[in-house]
Amino acid sequence: MKRAQGDGRLGVFQVTRIPLLKNLLAVFRYRVLVQSLVVRELKARYRGSVLGFLWSFINPLLQLVIYWFVFSYIMPTRGLLGTSPYALFLFTGILPWTWFSASVMESSAVLITGGNLIKKILFPAEVLPIVVVLSNLVHFFLGLPILFAFLIYYGKVHWTLVFFPAVVLLQLVFTLGVCLFISALAVHFRDVQNIIANVMMLWFFGSPVIYSYLTISPSIQRYLNYNPMTHIIVGYHQSLFTGTMGHWPWLLVMIPATLITFLVGYYFFDKLRETFAEEV
Amino acid sequence: MTTAIQVSDVTKVYQRYSHRKQFRTLKSALLGGSLLSDLRPDERFPALSGVTFNVRHGSTFAIIGRNGSGKSTLLKVISGIAKPDSGTVSVDGRISALIELGAGFHPEITGRENIFINGIMLGLTKREIEDRFDAIVEFAELEEFIDAPVKTYSSGMYMRLGFAVAIHVDPDVLIIDEVLAVGDEAFVHKCLDKISEFRRRNKTILLVTHSLGLVEKMADEALWIDKSEVQLRGDPKKVVDAYLARVSQHEEKALVAAEERAVAEFDAPESANEPETPVSEIEPTSAFAREKGRWGSREVEIQDVSLRGAEDSADGRGKHIFSTGESVTVCLNIKSTGTIKDFVFGVAIFNADGICCYGTNTDLEDFKPVTLSGEGEVRFVIPKLQLIEGTYFLDVAAHQRDGYPFDYHRALHQFRVQSRVKDVGVYRPSHQWEFTPNIVMRPPDPSS
Repeated sequence: MKRAQGDGRLGVFQVTRIPLLKNLLAVFRYRVLVQSLVVRELKARYRGSVLGFLWSFINPLLQLVIYWFVFSYIMPTRGLLGTSPYALFLFTGILPWTWFSASVMESSAVLITGGNLIKKILFPAEVLPIVVVLSNLVHFFLGLPILFAFLIYYGKVHWTLVFFPAVVLLQLVFTLGVCLFISALAVHFRDVQNIIANVMMLWFFGSPVIYSYLTISPSIQRYLNYNPMTHIIVGYHQSLFTGTMGHWPWLLVMIPATLITFLVGYYFFDKLRETFAEEV
Repeated sequence: MTTAIQVSDVTKVYQRYSHRKQFRTLKSALLGGSLLSDLRPDERFPALSGVTFNVRHGSTFAIIGRNGSGKSTLLKVISGIAKPDSGTVSVDGRISALIELGAGFHPEITGRENIFINGIMLGLTKREIEDRFDAIVEFAELEEFIDAPVKTYSSGMYMRLGFAVAIHVDPDVLIIDEVLAVGDEAFVHKCLDKISEFRRRNKTILLVTHSLGLVEKMADEALWIDKSEVQLRGDPKKVVDAYLARVSQHEEKALVAAEERAVAEFDAPESANEPETPVSEIEPTSAFAREKGRWGSREVEIQDVSLRGAEDSADGRGKHIFSTGESVTVCLNIKSTGTIKDFVFGVAIFNADGICCYGTNTDLEDFKPVTLSGEGEVRFVIPKLQLIEGTYFLDVAAHQRDGYPFDYHRALHQFRVQSRVKDVGVYRPSHQWEFTPNIVMRPPDPSS
């Protein structure tokens, strides 16, 4: 049984570049591997700790308690427009932000730490950053019950909840694109690993996580609009917290924007794919 | 017979990035707008050039060569981990590559979970792994530990598990890269048995190993790569012999260089320097204090020492690699400053452990010195070299009968003995085996 040419795995492979889409399909064929690697990540993360998986619930809860304490007693906020209760507002944005920033930071090292796999086992390298994004997505999901419990407690259940999955999807596509780009770049420029934490810090303040998009002066808003995470975070705030989807035109713009980010990131990754085995 | 693996004119060039670019920062690359162009290499060296061969279905094919000759790259190209820069590779059937055992193991999770993930990485479905799970655990002999995290495993256990998973992929083509060097004796036997079973079941095996005995024993065909090119391909015995001959050449060169360095280092006459320990005769000194050295008054100087085989004429440069049983002549070119009436010549052979295999001198063998003047040659002829395989050092000396040294060379000269027989000991007495007719043994293959 001769395998088809350019199968991407075994069989005849030519010098000619395998098209981008074929590689994407190959990733789909490796979904079982992606799935088991995500499960492995999650298992390995809590292996050996007494509370195990409970940490995925406890951590966001503790985070929420800290915000509540800080913003109720240490520096009470002045009840800015549409951000009350502030701790909950903050939590709504910080959960998805954590998913994004943890994914980007982990992906800057993933090809290097997983170098052994790339060099010794035949499998598509993009599996590694994808696993990073998905396992952080699972963490995000595990934090959601806490978020929803408090949203319900404060009576913040809105019809706009139906937009929530769409925003998650936008963020997923965007995060994948950024992570593929960063992971490939970090193979050639190890500097990326050092700078990334600061870049993410800047990005954090450049996204309306700790402040409300609506309270910013338009002159600054103009710049923040270039940041896709701005609109994604606002999407979470509006669909879960305020219950008004006034930001929907921007979210429509994000559909092509996140797709383009993904394609650019994947194209870059694909271009450098063959250098990984030699460089990591 | 159909072809299982076909490699046609495969070239693989590795790329080296210059230091200048390595130290360049991302910032400058971005600012200069040269991000993609910076990722281009500026130094290239070939790992494989124009490699062509094919492997028949169901045969065992061995690849041999020195370290860095391109063997592992070739396996990576065949298994698809690396892509050739030009040429094509086609493989018929499922491959399992034992390039590094347990490469995908995660230390924090259990052996059981790792078997599943490793199996999936190697191309099995969950169902297939479930079916083979017990066989894998049994083969790895890890029944007790399968639910313990892999980080608690010993390195042997780790390797066993890796081998067990890889071998149970049940590939049509099995690629083995020098992984049999791991594990204890019993496990190696088990692996070899498993490989033999593969051969019986008519699967194709591609083997890279430095164990030439294994190549001669198992392979149907062998390929020798050196300096990224195919040197020879064909009958394993023939290929192994050609490879060994080349290895000898290289060793010869290395020995010559080592000797030249040693002689040059101690060349300056040190007549003022008395030996630290008086040398009364050439006796095996302490095995622990055998440092290279040269001393003596040089009234008689040993100008040159060479070793010659049977086929070398007297004017030959000599050689440094001999086979057990070969004839060896140690030639000492000597020169005396005046007419000397009291002199002894001695030779001793030490093995790499510093043990004296043999030492003698003309005085011990009752030669009576009469006169020596000018230049001459002393030849110490060993008709049959009865030493086992290894590296040997030579002490040669000219001194007076009371031990006063003229010129003493300690361990400045070395040679290597090769043998196909891996016997042990200090020397190899001529011997033969005889059996009464009720003991039936097949004699060794006369060609080896």
